[in-house]
Amino acid sequence: MKKELTPWERILLARHPQRPTFLDYLPELFDDFIELHGDRYFGDDPAIITGFGFFGEERVAIIGQEKGKTVQDKIKRNFGMPHPEGYRKALRIMKLAEKFDIPIFSFIDTPGAYPGIGAEERGQAMAIALNLKEMSLLRVPIIVVILSEGGSGGALGIGIGDYILILENAYYSVISPEGCASILFRDSNKAPEAASALKITAEDLLKLGLVDEIISEPEGGAHMDIIKTAENIRNALKKVYLILKNKPVDILLKERYEKLRNYGKFVEEVKK
Amino acid sequence: MFIDWINKRKDSPDKKNVFKEIPDGLWIKCPQCNQIIYSKDWKENFKVCIKCGYHSPLSAYERIEILTDENSFKETDENLLSYDILGFHDTKPYSQRLLEAQRETGLKEAVITGIATIDGIPVNMIVMDFKFIGGSMGSVVGEKVTRAIERSINDNIPLISVIASGGARMQEGLISLFQMAKTSAAIGKLDRARIPYICILTHPSTAGVLASFGSLGDIIIAEPGALIGFAGPRVIEQTIKQKLPEGFQTAEFVLEHGMIDMVVERKKLKPTISLLLKLLWRKK
Repeated sequence: MKKELTPWERILLARHPQRPTFLDYLPELFDDFIELHGDRYFGDDPAIITGFGFFGEERVAIIGQEKGKTVQDKIKRNFGMPHPEGYRKALRIMKLAEKFDIPIFSFIDTPGAYPGIGAEERGQAMAIALNLKEMSLLRVPIIVVILSEGGSGGALGIGIGDYILILENAYYSVISPEGCASILFRDSNKAPEAASALKITAEDLLKLGLVDEIISEPEGGAHMDIIKTAENIRNALKKVYLILKNKPVDILLKERYEKLRNYGKFVEEVKK
Repeated sequence: MFIDWINKRKDSPDKKNVFKEIPDGLWIKCPQCNQIIYSKDWKENFKVCIKCGYHSPLSAYERIEILTDENSFKETDENLLSYDILGFHDTKPYSQRLLEAQRETGLKEAVITGIATIDGIPVNMIVMDFKFIGGSMGSVVGEKVTRAIERSINDNIPLISVIASGGARMQEGLISLFQMAKTSAAIGKLDRARIPYICILTHPSTAGVLASFGSLGDIIIAEPGALIGFAGPRVIEQTIKQKLPEGFQTAEFVLEHGMIDMVVERKKLKPTISLLLKLLWRKK
């Protein structure tokens, strides 16, 4: 029996220094991956890796946020915090995928979109907004996997899909627990309380209907056995992929819109 | 999401007694330049300082009044109400926060939607009010916005939004983040239906609302001096550990960087929108 972890403990696991990142899973899940670079406007953002590869026999477009491993690599990849170029590159590759009728797999692991001067100057908000709009219309299946950190708009910017999978110890939140604690609880030390209040664990999100499936991790977390974790991800992806690939595009898009349309809970008073 | 730093601005719409009304209510002191202004002039100039051009915050209904034809506005979906989905309790319960916001503003939520005309042209209006929990977007804001967009598609009439928001409403957790996806997907349909959508960014237009329907307009207009950005200035300063340049994230700054079409002073907003609609729109 696994001990039940608190939301904060899960966040610590999701941020564990040995936690596998997208690049650990990439060779385990795909063959012949070829990376493509650049947004064709300004630059190439190493915080988001994009390209094409084979998933078994199937061609797939692959988008993944990468935090980096070594200190140098982490700096290069800006700790997985994308700039607008990252979102624009991702959209460019997704449009290519649509053009050549290739399904898209998107892997999320980011503390958030980068809050910096250049990011603002080059339209971080606009880049994310455009991805949300365009991804909702892409005429190929999109499968999203939350690997570790689903940091707010920075995650959502590559996170619109037909099916959302989340690893057992990953989290996905409107704001970091630290940010929420300092703004709403007026005490940045209250991050663990904020983490509970925000309902950001995989289990909570599944209950709320915001994710579709949880991928289980080995006991102790994904870093205890990367190969096993990758196998769990592969099996989950395979199952979803088979369902989505046989769906007529118009039905796929209609269902995607309905899925997005139905997010939200409110009371509708009867009009007098 | 960045309500705290917005409150710290001296011209914060949330700060009380911003307008230092002198007791008899005849005179108003501009919070930016301290100019004493006759309150009738102040109102006639749409609450813009005649001396320094400072644009004071407006409520959603004041916005509707200055942008649409007299008595043309018919509110829609005013019967949608938020509730505490997560049982969220920070310094106070979310349900209490909602009640207080309703009492203080007289509004039910942070957005007012409805149908109106602008110089006789029918439009759907989405108008946010910053005073209601920082104009934050939760389920009700997302739903009302989405319904307004869908109404534009069904009735084939242009859409206008007036943004004033600190971002997604944290108290509804990830559900509020997903309102960004929901509203953007609806704008996608509007886009493909080739119906014009004009965004008006007012102070402040930030975070999750800017990064969704708030910046997806065919045309984006901003009011002078409005704060427009994804991340809050304080968050950026803490991240990069340096002071931000003068005028960073203002309407003028984002215009210079190519992110919006124009900065338009308040009294010219209605004629500008009207002209744009006449130029872009032919009812099919």
